[in-house]
Amino acid sequence: MIRAHVLICGGTGCTSSGSQSIQEAFAANIEANGLTEEVKLVQTGCFGLCALGPVVIVYPDGTFYSRVTPEDVKEIVEEHLLKGRIVDRLVYSDTGAEEKVADVVPLSETSFYKSQNRVVLRNCGVIDPEQIDEYIAMDGYAALGKALTEMTPEEVIKTISDSGLRGRGGGGFPTGFKWSLCAPNKADQKYVVCNADEGDPGAFMDRSILEGDPHCIIEAMAIAGYAIGATKGYVYVRAEYPIAVDRLQKAIDQAYEYGLLGKNIFDSGFDFDLYIRLGAGAFVCGEETALMTSIEGNRGEPRPRPPYPAVKGLYNKPTVENNVETFANIPQIILKGVDWFTSMGTEKSKGTKVFALGGKIEHTGLVEIPMGTTLRHIIYDIGGGIPNGKKFKAAQTGGPSGGCIPESLIDTEVDFDNLTAIGCMMGSSGLIVMDEDNCMVDMAKFFLEFTVDESCGKCTPCRIGTKRLLEMLDDITKGKGTLEDIDRLEELCNYIKQNSLCGLGQTAPNPVLATLKFFRDEYIAHVVDKKCPAGVCKDLLSFTIDKEKCIGCGLCAKNCPVSAINKTDYVAPGHKLPSYEIDAEKCIKCGVCMGNCKFKAISKA
Amino acid sequence: MKSLAELQAIKDKMKDKVVIREGVNETRVVVGMATCGIAAGARPVLNAFVEAVNEGGLADKVTVSQTGCIGICQFEPVVEVHEAGKEKVTYVKMTAEKAKEVVEKHLKGGNVIAEYTISNN
Repeated sequence: MIRAHVLICGGTGCTSSGSQSIQEAFAANIEANGLTEEVKLVQTGCFGLCALGPVVIVYPDGTFYSRVTPEDVKEIVEEHLLKGRIVDRLVYSDTGAEEKVADVVPLSETSFYKSQNRVVLRNCGVIDPEQIDEYIAMDGYAALGKALTEMTPEEVIKTISDSGLRGRGGGGFPTGFKWSLCAPNKADQKYVVCNADEGDPGAFMDRSILEGDPHCIIEAMAIAGYAIGATKGYVYVRAEYPIAVDRLQKAIDQAYEYGLLGKNIFDSGFDFDLYIRLGAGAFVCGEETALMTSIEGNRGEPRPRPPYPAVKGLYNKPTVENNVETFANIPQIILKGVDWFTSMGTEKSKGTKVFALGGKIEHTGLVEIPMGTTLRHIIYDIGGGIPNGKKFKAAQTGGPSGGCIPESLIDTEVDFDNLTAIGCMMGSSGLIVMDEDNCMVDMAKFFLEFTVDESCGKCTPCRIGTKRLLEMLDDITKGKGTLEDIDRLEELCNYIKQNSLCGLGQTAPNPVLATLKFFRDEYIAHVVDKKCPAGVCKDLLSFTIDKEKCIGCGLCAKNCPVSAINKTDYVAPGHKLPSYEIDAEKCIKCGVCMGNCKFKAISKA
Repeated sequence: MKSLAELQAIKDKMKDKVVIREGVNETRVVVGMATCGIAAGARPVLNAFVEAVNEGGLADKVTVSQTGCIGICQFEPVVEVHEAGKEKVTYVKMTAEKAKEVVEKHLKGGNVIAEYTISNN
């Protein structure tokens, strides 16, 4: 009889920090201690707290072990599983390093999880994603059963419309409305497409859902198929997500085996087939029309809308396309009802949103919170604040299509409309936190480099416009910009926004526009004073040695990779050796000297 | 899958197997599993509790877990039953048979078996 479950995170984050070998170590130690009949080992999806990976949870007590190494496993098995003594040193405590929590704090009570509301991620880190039975135990496929046996397609669409669910892929288009546009269109074949081509740097919620709870996407797509009259579905997923692809395929196979996909599901006469298509990693394929073009086997380029996919989508047939996170909400809305869903969130943005926290933040990871939570709460209470006591500067949302939220707006309640109002965008909700050491011009340049790379080249404003934008930004970071350049930059941004063919181009200037709006002074510092206030843009930096402070140890000169540091004739009062100086011509501004100087004699400006 | 009943059957079959992950229940049975407890036979007691709780359909109400040394080695195996709003009951010198009886009479029936508690030993 099983008396304890050991859950090991098998998400991509923890897998890359070694959860596989931990699982093997557990299996070996459980066997060695004769506990195979008593302890069950479960590989789950992402728990969300990726910064502390690999993570292991032991139930029934819910002990949360973080940063577990294979060497720790023996101790956990012998102490905790055999003798019931929790291994304190490995227990995650959210009070920081100073004080360990002696008693086990339930995971749901830690500051990271306390204010989260896991709807979409409810099964991630709880069930074994490769076991359909575990999904069913958590009410899985009950929503599909309810829809097929108790509801008409119109009722399904009405429920989704009334719930106020909006597309989680970034645009925030009302999902129910999208379905209702497609449903009346007559055709011999219609399609449901799941957009799992998650491409924004820093966003990984779609991957985690597919890895941790693949059946919920299958169930939701079948419900969507029933609602709009489609009998075929495609999941378009990046080939760079091998674990997600593998688990999704296993899940599809199991669903067929149980008759939850295929012919005559729940004896209702409804048929639904589901296929996976792998993307080759082009960012533009996350755009819905380009994605469909790619599924058709053509080069992934967007096509003009209208006609919209609801009329002419995949293979020119009526199609509904939704994002992974959007789909993940569907089964629960059907099961728990509109009132439950609308009780969460703000007036126009209902439900929850998953954010991928990254950048300068303590708890890198995945969090799910009700819409309308303030940015301050997300960053300081859930995310644990900025490391090393640095000052918060801005949070970047929505990846290369998004903008940034400066400190002055940190109390903004995050939802679709509030972000749009401040010139930002929900996007896929990668949330990258920046502190005083980040240069905003450099950040804008980083995203422009990305869009220049990823522009498909079909339309001129995006193909050439973004390239010119990048060149101008490059000049500014090299100290070659002028004040006029800033105006031209803004003008070109607006031109690209208005004239590009698809969402990629239309949103590509957003990082520049947002930083210009909130951090114009940094741009001005770059072009007028030729300085980078954050000390990031190398061409605007110079390193100098304070000859009065320099004791002449020569450590800087010894470590300089380009021999740019030389001894001078000057011996400062009170010192015995001559001081050093930096040859600005040779200096490559790597900062190695500064890191090596124990006397703080080297400064950058 | 042809019917909701079929789905429900799988759910019912699986529910007890995953309910353990939903966190600690209102009622907790804690078995002392330090070296002394194990030496005195705590493991069969623990397993008997797990089995009896599951078979008795109590898995979603009662959590069976273990703890370290309770500090009364002469009374091992020691089992504590914590119920919300009630004083904890400490059973001592437990055996697998006594465990089944505790599940039946105390956890199901609501009657503490006084003769097994520490005050009567």
